[in-house]
Amino acid sequence: MNDALDVTLRLLIVFVVFLSFPLIVGQTEHKVMAHMQGRLGPMYAGGFHGWAQLVADGVKFAQKEDVVPAGADRRIFQLAPAVALLPYLLVLLAIPIGPGEGAAGQVVDAGIFFVLAVMGVGVLGSLMAGWASANKFSLLGGLRTAAQLLAYELPMLLTAASVAMAAGTVSLIGILDAFEWWWLPWQIVGAIVFFVAGLAELQRPPFDMPVADSEIIFGAYTEYTGLRFALFLLAEYAGIVVLCGLTTVLFLGGWHGPWGADGLGWVWTLLKTAVLAFIVIWLRVTYPRLREDQLQKLSWTLLVPLSLAQIALTGIVKVVIQ
Amino acid sequence: MTLAATVGRLAADPMSTAAGSPGFLSPTGVEIAFLLVGLVTFGAAVVTVTTRQLVHAALWLVVALGGLAVEYLLLTAEFIAWVQVLIYVGSVVVLLLFGLMLTRAPIGRSPDADSGNRWAALTVAVAAAAALVWVVVDAFRTTWIDLDGPAAGSTRVTGASLFQNWVLPFEALSVLLLAALVGAIVLSRKAKADSARTARATSAERDTPAALAEPDTRSDTEGAR
Repeated sequence: MNDALDVTLRLLIVFVVFLSFPLIVGQTEHKVMAHMQGRLGPMYAGGFHGWAQLVADGVKFAQKEDVVPAGADRRIFQLAPAVALLPYLLVLLAIPIGPGEGAAGQVVDAGIFFVLAVMGVGVLGSLMAGWASANKFSLLGGLRTAAQLLAYELPMLLTAASVAMAAGTVSLIGILDAFEWWWLPWQIVGAIVFFVAGLAELQRPPFDMPVADSEIIFGAYTEYTGLRFALFLLAEYAGIVVLCGLTTVLFLGGWHGPWGADGLGWVWTLLKTAVLAFIVIWLRVTYPRLREDQLQKLSWTLLVPLSLAQIALTGIVKVVIQ
Repeated sequence: MTLAATVGRLAADPMSTAAGSPGFLSPTGVEIAFLLVGLVTFGAAVVTVTTRQLVHAALWLVVALGGLAVEYLLLTAEFIAWVQVLIYVGSVVVLLLFGLMLTRAPIGRSPDADSGNRWAALTVAVAAAAALVWVVVDAFRTTWIDLDGPAAGSTRVTGASLFQNWVLPFEALSVLLLAALVGAIVLSRKAKADSARTARATSAERDTPAALAEPDTRSDTEGAR
């Protein structure tokens, strides 16, 4: 009985986080982008600086008609948003926010592999959407998504493996338990490669050619309307939360901080995640979109060699200090 | 091979056979779940090879491979399960879908998505399945995996088994994969050299950077969405 209550409570908390944090990131994006571009952004909805703008957007999406194109593959078209969104919910379950077993939704033994594997499944949603829409722009978007996935997945895995080597475990909590402050300079190259590859996975600018609206309308999501389109957007923002949380846990020491007692570890995790999310938004406003071939070149000629070098460095240091 | 390593270790574990052999007539919840997931996996696999819709076949393959991962999980081989999802669902199927979408991926049935070789294929498949079932049953006759104890397929156990008992096959496979990698590079470079000779005339106009990266116009539509 107590166990059941515990599990229910954890699932509930993770679900609430899953529903609220992406909205907070989205609203922050509206405001940060606006101020970086010398405008105000949403100001009226909800009164104070337009805080309820995304809620209003959600109501708007829910009211819209749910259209499935006549030529589309109906079932796959309708299933795709769920396939895109649910993996991020599962990943969120495994990210530890503070020290101790109680601070993660679910303790997973092979945590790194779990999160990377499940995040990879989310991309299938974009592929399904791109194919099932029966639209050439959607198909192009799906193709770009797949090409992008094949390019960034390797550096992401290699850098995660570097951290796992450093910690001697593949459990996310184990990695944080083993964390020392000097891992930060030691793994900095891996951290940057992981973050950049993660941005490419989320199809965020400057790697957003799968949804490049000036070329292929909105890529795989061109034919979507209403709630299903909103689910894809939610997946993108949930992805930002997950990527920033993961980078925090793997490379930035999660709940460790220069000061703060045991009880405040979760504040550090949230703070680092928020700063990274801000950087994600900042990059979107700052950099122009890369071409697909430029991403491939970046990945294979820069990110992969860098991550291999990071693994070599990790191995050397690991042998030396033992 | 990693699965074989895990199961091999389990087979060598004396504890799992010591307790009175559990019968088939009083299955536990995990065993029932294993059977049901197995049936789903089998069904998805059959649909994969029988459906006339190309992309649906690839998506049913996702279900089959995912079901297999769940089976590993039920046997407490967590590491193998996630690697299964990572490699097969995350990479191999995406590559498959990429290939399909790049060449031809019609929506609806493809009347020509059939082959005269189906009986030969069926024979080979049945023979392979029979051989595998025979070998596995023969190797592990009455071995019983104890699911209640400490996880027998955790990352630590799998790693220790892989790098203690199975190092040689592991390294041999690595060399094989390296050879395949080198072969792929050689093949692609050769094709490139061939096409470069024929396309030298047109290369001048193709290399001009016609479409430089465009500024992010998504920000302009922010309010609209």
